[in-house]
Amino acid sequence: MAKLNLRDKFGDWWDGASPFSRTVFRILAVLAAYAIPFLKNPIIDTPETSFNSVLFYPLVMFSLMAVGLNVVVGKSGILDLGYVAFFAIGAYTHAILSAHTGLNFWEIIPFAMGFAMFAGVILGLPALRLRGDYLAIITLGFGEIVRIIAVNTEAIGGAAGLTDIPGPSSVFGIEFTVMDPRPYYWLTLTAMLFVIWGVLRLSHRKPGRAWEAIREDEDVAEFMGVSTLKYKLWAFIIGGAVGGLAGAIFASNIRSIQPELFTLNLSIMILACVVLGGMGNIWGVILGAVLLGYIPEKLRFLSDYRIIFFGLLMVVMMNIRPNGLLPRKKREVVGDKS
Amino acid sequence: MDFSILVSDFWALTIDGLVVGAIIALVSLGYTLVYGVLRLINFAHSEIFMIGTMTCYWVVQRFGFTGYEDPLPLWKFAGLFLLFGFAAAVVSGVAAVILEIVAYRRLRVLGASRLSSLISAIGASFFLVEVFQKISGAKNLDFPRLISKDTLFEFQNAYITQDKLLVIVGAAVIFYILNRVIHHTKLGLGIRAVSQDERASILMGVNVNRIISYTFLLGGVLAGFGSAFYMVFYETTKANVGFLIGISAFTAAVLGGIGNVKGALYGSFALGLFQQYTSAVLGYNWKDVVTFVILVFVLLVKPTGLFGEALQKARV
Repeated sequence: MAKLNLRDKFGDWWDGASPFSRTVFRILAVLAAYAIPFLKNPIIDTPETSFNSVLFYPLVMFSLMAVGLNVVVGKSGILDLGYVAFFAIGAYTHAILSAHTGLNFWEIIPFAMGFAMFAGVILGLPALRLRGDYLAIITLGFGEIVRIIAVNTEAIGGAAGLTDIPGPSSVFGIEFTVMDPRPYYWLTLTAMLFVIWGVLRLSHRKPGRAWEAIREDEDVAEFMGVSTLKYKLWAFIIGGAVGGLAGAIFASNIRSIQPELFTLNLSIMILACVVLGGMGNIWGVILGAVLLGYIPEKLRFLSDYRIIFFGLLMVVMMNIRPNGLLPRKKREVVGDKS
Repeated sequence: MDFSILVSDFWALTIDGLVVGAIIALVSLGYTLVYGVLRLINFAHSEIFMIGTMTCYWVVQRFGFTGYEDPLPLWKFAGLFLLFGFAAAVVSGVAAVILEIVAYRRLRVLGASRLSSLISAIGASFFLVEVFQKISGAKNLDFPRLISKDTLFEFQNAYITQDKLLVIVGAAVIFYILNRVIHHTKLGLGIRAVSQDERASILMGVNVNRIISYTFLLGGVLAGFGSAFYMVFYETTKANVGFLIGISAFTAAVLGGIGNVKGALYGSFALGLFQQYTSAVLGYNWKDVVTFVILVFVLLVKPTGLFGEALQKARV
């Protein structure tokens, strides 16, 4: 099968590049990412929705969540079908705390992440003792439980949800208004860059190696002295924190939340981003998120038929590239590289 | 919380639980059979069930029943039920086989990770739901009342109706036949062999591809019959009808020990009964929460489900 070797070619260039050109490339890439809202290009523009709002949700939002879920699914190989729960917890934390306390958005962020992490511990401690499909169904159940509790608890709005959620207060002279999605895009992008930085740091160090060992073979990892439960739990907590962060930003943007925003479909969508993009490789995961967020918007000219094509496309893409579009690089055997 | 309802309506809830459990079981067997041979969750199985319900609806429409007639005499109903039941079973079975070829086969041959197959199946599931959304006009399709739902007789406060009897008896017959198929036919032997050890069964001359196709067929046929019972009992369907029953069925399969046919059966009945009891006590809204909480506890105490993975040891 002919294989697209884009990743490898770029990887070779990257490996051979000097630290200076790497830094230049990094800076250029980040600047390009920040500049996207200023592009007015009919090719990338989406036909019926404002491109800038698509850029915030779903593109960068999916990317942020996919990067978070990638720690759980891609790095440590834990199949999590209930990631939306953390997203919901973050969103509700922002909505509730901003209504009942004087805290502003920036002060609530740590709480949103903290509650999501706490939920990760609550779920993870019992659930992570299980494996594979059992874990998948428990996480799926967790996602549904959080949603159903939100629907059935009148104190947090019940099925009607919460409204009048304040947006972030202005920072560096940038106002967060309902009309302009660009500041939210930049905010989420900034958050995502921090998360990517942190995750890359971790994956090059002990936790990253532990996650990789767990993903490849949990029993062997345990025999080799990796404290598997601890590292799986940490992966879960980190993934949860990112989900909580994404949720808080999301709530601050759309200003009113209902439990119906946090269904299993969203979990599955994010999981699809991770798997389709290439599990374990952050750039692949982001590519997957961008594609899965973008394609349905681009297909709007097909109006009601777009999801049909979207589903078909998922099947076809998965069959052409079973390991995802940009799979993670397999570590080569030492000494094998000539 | 009102526990007295549990005592006063115990038999009514139990009968309903058995009916719901039987329908769930027919779907959950498809999950568990496929899991047995392939070790993967057939995520699009709920859509196979949905296709079955749609088939029932269209067959009945085709025969001119639009829902305003009086219930049919029993012999007429029996003929019609067999007709749309078998039609649903055939269509669902064929759909499941096609699904396997389109969404799974190539990935399996390539030896891709199970998650890739999962995403491929999710894509197929989106596709099917949307296609049938289009065909059905995105509305609820109401099934005509073909059989009288008047109380046949009363048993300890439980009103036994014809449709409930039909579901329980019909499902029991299907379970018996399935048991015969799995334990007393060559196909069943093949399925059990592939479930135990795929490589060894290849060496023993089992045509694994064919067995896998037949397994999907079997799962689809069961879901098709399940959909016929579902239509008689609930009398409505829509394009995303599969979602909720799919989750219940999958939970039931895991509860009983996925990969294990008997486990799926017992798990489904346990789940059906349990959902009825809890929704009576706590209110309908909370039944799913309690279901999952119970599931978590069962798995924590016995990680392979209530009955374990009898067909094969848990895959790591």
